[in-house]
Amino acid sequence: MKVLTLNFLTCAVKACKSSTASFPLHPKDCELVSDTIEANPALIYNILPRVDWAALMTTASELGFPTLPAQAPTKEELEADEKMMGELHTLLLETQISEGMLRCGNCGHEYRVKEGIANFLLPNHLV
Amino acid sequence: MNANPVVGTEEAESYEEQHVHEVYEQIASHFSSTRYKPWPIVSSFLSSLRPGSIGLDVGCGNGKYLAVNRDVFIVGSDRSSNLVKIASQSQNQPHAAVVADSLALPHQKDRFDFAISIAVVHHLSTRERRREAVGAVLECLRDGGRALVYVWALEQKGSRRGWDEGGEQDVMVPWVMKSSKKDVGEAGETEKTFQRFYHLYRKGELEEDVVEVGGEVVESGYEKDNWWAICRRPLKE
Repeated sequence: MKVLTLNFLTCAVKACKSSTASFPLHPKDCELVSDTIEANPALIYNILPRVDWAALMTTASELGFPTLPAQAPTKEELEADEKMMGELHTLLLETQISEGMLRCGNCGHEYRVKEGIANFLLPNHLV
Repeated sequence: MNANPVVGTEEAESYEEQHVHEVYEQIASHFSSTRYKPWPIVSSFLSSLRPGSIGLDVGCGNGKYLAVNRDVFIVGSDRSSNLVKIASQSQNQPHAAVVADSLALPHQKDRFDFAISIAVVHHLSTRERRREAVGAVLECLRDGGRALVYVWALEQKGSRRGWDEGGEQDVMVPWVMKSSKKDVGEAGETEKTFQRFYHLYRKGELEEDVVEVGGEVVESGYEKDNWWAICRRPLKE
């Protein structure tokens, strides 16, 4: 599961959705792998305005990545800075969580990631 | 074959577990090998999106719609982990897929530019749950975001199944899977038939459900044995 995907996931428990503590989910005991994905600068420029940057900063720091700038870079900044572009490509699209857990900061429920696939089916008592 | 009536929520869940989820889990790879051609209305909806749009494919199955537009980012989800494994394969880059229930989606409200739900809500066994599923998709959309919902139609005069107006809407539909036995001493191919539950929508029913959960129908129509609707949440004043 890509780091980018984590920016668009939250707890599946209905009561958690209104709580800011449920987003982003917190990676726990995660194994990371890196896939090689063809660079696609246009995709990165275009999706960045739709990424929750504060949540991405939290995720990146929890996964042990170097601290991201406090603000999302603009298209112009990225065009001028190949290194930053490459780092974002690596972080967002190439880095995969292959095994581990994603914990909700509100209810504490942990979702399993297995073979790169996160499972959000809830046990009966949480439905 | 007619389906059994379902009453309570728990009953509905276990009914769908048996007559939908378990079936897809078992037929996943065979089903996937027959589902590769995107339907035209779905393709044109996806192709019309602005580059960089973020969306959902609720009930993504084998992910056949993930590859249509590579300039957007889609998080697909499906109840069947075997189908999600297929959807997650590399030909569907840059998109993603997770295992989730369409009535308990792991997504924020008001966040997404678009969503599709193709041939999914007709597998829910009560009208209340089908409406809830449409509502769950709409809830994820930001202001101005649009969702395309596609369901099987009761009116299928042209199809070999013989369903039409006035007929039974809750039906079991067989899926025949051929498999070759590998065990020594067992010869040839065997056939196994799985029964899946479907609710066949009559004309106007999908639009009623969209409105019932607070949505607006932007455009709707009929395409080859299916009803579809593009819907959104009403714009705020």
